[in-house]
Amino acid sequence: MSNRVLSVENLSVDIPLADGVLHAVDNVTLHVDRGETLCIVGESGCGKSLTSLALMDLLPKKAIRTIASLDLNDASILNYSEKQMSDVRGNRMGMIFQEPMTSLNPAFTIGNQMVETLRRHRKLSNAEAQDLAKQTLEKVGITAAEQRLNQYPHQLSGGLRQRVMIAMTLLCEPELIIADEPTTALDVTIQAQILLLLQELQAEYDMGLILITHDLGVVARIATRVAVMYAGQVVEQGTAEQIFENPMHPYTRGLMRCIPVPGRTQPGEPLGSIPGMVPSLIGRFTGCRFADRCDLVKDACRKGDVPLRDAKGKTQGYRCVIEPRDMTKVA
Amino acid sequence: MATSDSQTSAPNKGFDLLRRRVRGHQGMIIGSVIVVSVLLIALLAPLLAPHDPYQQDLLKRLVPPVWDSRGSWEHVLGTDHLGRDYLSRLIYGARISLLIGIGAALISGIIGTIMGVMAGYFGGRVDMIVTFMITVRLSMPVVLVALAVVAIVGGSLQVVIAVLGLLLWDRFAVVMRSSTLQIRSMDYVAAARAVGCSTSRVLMTEVMPNVVNNLIVITTIEIAHAIILEAALSFLGLGVQPPMPSWGLMVSEGKDMMLFEPWLITIPGVALFLLVLAINLMGDGVRDITAPENRN
Amino acid sequence: MIYYTLKRLGLALLVALTVSFISFGLLYLSSDPAIAMAGETASDADIEAIRKLYGFDRPILVQYLDWLQRALSGDLGKSYYFRTDVSALIGERLPTTMTLGVCAITFAIVLSVPLGVAAAIRPNSLIDRLALFLSVMGQALPSFWFALMLIVFLSVNLRLLPTSGSDTWLHFVMPTVVLGYYAAPAIMRLTRTGMLEVLSTDYIRTARAKGLRPWVVLFKHALRNAIIPVVSLAAVQFGFMLGGSIVVETIFALHGAGFLAWESITRNDLPTVQGLILVFSLFYIVLTFFADLLNAWLDPRIRIN
Repeated sequence: MSNRVLSVENLSVDIPLADGVLHAVDNVTLHVDRGETLCIVGESGCGKSLTSLALMDLLPKKAIRTIASLDLNDASILNYSEKQMSDVRGNRMGMIFQEPMTSLNPAFTIGNQMVETLRRHRKLSNAEAQDLAKQTLEKVGITAAEQRLNQYPHQLSGGLRQRVMIAMTLLCEPELIIADEPTTALDVTIQAQILLLLQELQAEYDMGLILITHDLGVVARIATRVAVMYAGQVVEQGTAEQIFENPMHPYTRGLMRCIPVPGRTQPGEPLGSIPGMVPSLIGRFTGCRFADRCDLVKDACRKGDVPLRDAKGKTQGYRCVIEPRDMTKVA
Repeated sequence: MATSDSQTSAPNKGFDLLRRRVRGHQGMIIGSVIVVSVLLIALLAPLLAPHDPYQQDLLKRLVPPVWDSRGSWEHVLGTDHLGRDYLSRLIYGARISLLIGIGAALISGIIGTIMGVMAGYFGGRVDMIVTFMITVRLSMPVVLVALAVVAIVGGSLQVVIAVLGLLLWDRFAVVMRSSTLQIRSMDYVAAARAVGCSTSRVLMTEVMPNVVNNLIVITTIEIAHAIILEAALSFLGLGVQPPMPSWGLMVSEGKDMMLFEPWLITIPGVALFLLVLAINLMGDGVRDITAPENRN
Repeated sequence: MIYYTLKRLGLALLVALTVSFISFGLLYLSSDPAIAMAGETASDADIEAIRKLYGFDRPILVQYLDWLQRALSGDLGKSYYFRTDVSALIGERLPTTMTLGVCAITFAIVLSVPLGVAAAIRPNSLIDRLALFLSVMGQALPSFWFALMLIVFLSVNLRLLPTSGSDTWLHFVMPTVVLGYYAAPAIMRLTRTGMLEVLSTDYIRTARAKGLRPWVVLFKHALRNAIIPVVSLAAVQFGFMLGGSIVVETIFALHGAGFLAWESITRNDLPTVQGLILVFSLFYIVLTFFADLLNAWLDPRIRIN
């Protein structure tokens, strides 16, 4: 049995709109191994959230999902019926969302919402489920777990609620957890705690973790591997070291330039920025999607699809016309 | 140049959106057509009615409508128990329904709007008092009170309009209050006051225009409401008095004979139903087009 | 929660007092109660005697307080027409109206909530359009006409149901439908809107992400939240049904409080009319009070402050 928890090839999401079809996600290929954290980075609207929803088959009804292959622990779940998928969700694949304040049902207690998940996927009595829920709450660092079980979501702070969400996904010991910007809505100090918690849990449960974020700081802290997304495509992929030490794709480089580096960036020096805007993804698009904003742009960039090519190391890939040796090194 | 199929330019988008919304709303178009037709019929009643609605002809009592074998084109919709032409009564009845609907809605609209806007704009004590009054008004059974007052004062067109006008202001007040509250908290009112505009000026120039949309929708609802209430009151004998051709009264007068002369109640009933339906569709349509997020 | 309840109670009492004063004063509008009581054939001397005897010559506020004091102990005066205690009269007729009201609101809920839920699950589908179509039709249909139509078709043509009276449960079928259908559109639309809103919330997405079965997501998670405002609305509509019962009971000759209202109004029986206005209003006030409480209790965010 290999280490590969999740593998997806050529995932696309299209959304029919009034003025045309929005190609929100275009041929994304990813994989995550056991014990590995894959960070999907990108700005708002780049399609990272839709990608994660597509993996769980939780897209809104209008959206059309096209996938070449989708394997969970080397077994295909691509053509699973809704019933089969619902057996997988919350059980073998868990998901944590961005807004802890609204992700829990206000009408039911924490305990009720946790127990129902357990009893949906496991044959447990109410008492057994309550007990397991309590233990899991303690595991995520919630004290007075017994009381918390009887409380309602509105009685808990944002950080606590997010811990509860994490606990809920752990209940059935999943093989993969997808966390969609889990710390974005939280205070900076709580952010650090939650990220640390996720790392510890991943080690303990030996799971795969996909963490979606727009914050490079989070990536630096927690990622094993990184996939950079832009305008619905994966434009660069590699280990965390590779991406930070040697970014290849002009977009990734642009992102790195935006981060001030203590010690190197001079006071008063203008922060880097990427000029231009994300292009409209409605209708047919030819050429590189970053072309209009790229300072290395050439005629070849606008002709035809741009495939992912390997960088110097085989594990790093980037989507560009320019060869690795022609890429200028960025300071 | 990277190509992209869609070429939507900003200036056209608003109008396109509006056009698309109107086209999808056939209900509103149908409703408006019917309402305008009924309005025209009511206004042109003397020209359109083939007979005098009050003229009795005891030799031609209970003549069926033209589609029955015993009917004739002289009385297209037949006659009632006193030989009066039903089509003419129907046409003049439209006048009564519309007059009462619009009249009552006007009175209650003025009362309710003033109360609502005052409550929303001044807040505090004024708001408390107005809200209390609305609650009291809601707690009173409208039909019962209307019936009682009409019974005491005597039924007539004017009395019905007055009574309904004095009773149906609550929804106006509620909607106008919440609209005003919304607007009041917006920045441009604060800006106007900061520049020194007096309170009444701010009300007239900033608050009211933006509140007009909701007003139109509620007005249509209350017109329909008043029309149905008048019909019910007249049906019970405590609304418009005979021999006026109120549709509700026509149903009441016809109900004793409804088994053998069913047209006596179906015709005015259908007329009532269509008019109220049309008004509601129109109101729904106006709301959906200008502010679909306010649905319900 | 306790504070909330007390606040609501205080408000309800104040409203009740105001309504009682208004209903008292309303009937002294342009009618002289002495004349109404004496009857049409009485002489001036008789009328004057009655006026003195019953204290109709006192200031209106005094008369009101007197009436209020007696009303609080259950004495609503004597009916001019029926010559019995108004409270006994109303008490005798009220159960019929209550039965009718309960049946009607149940009918409305059973009809509209499932329809609203179905419409929300598949927006813009056939069932959604059908639900909206029915609701628009229902709001335009005059109840008295609908009642007559039903009588013609079901009683006379098809001979399925009796036309009038209140002996068997069959007598309540048509009145229930006629009284209930008017509340249905509003309840349906509120259920539909509420469900649509709730179904797009984050916590429903979480429920699906946990792998819960569709009907659990729908009925346990979604409906539980969407139904809260609907409960209030249903209570309010139930309150309106007392007023609506006047027309229905009169047409179907059901001897309830609504029919009593009709009888007493047409006979200028002021004490009975006053008593009925008071009872109807109190009923509505009590109902909305409990609806408020229920509303607050159903939402843990209010219940557990």
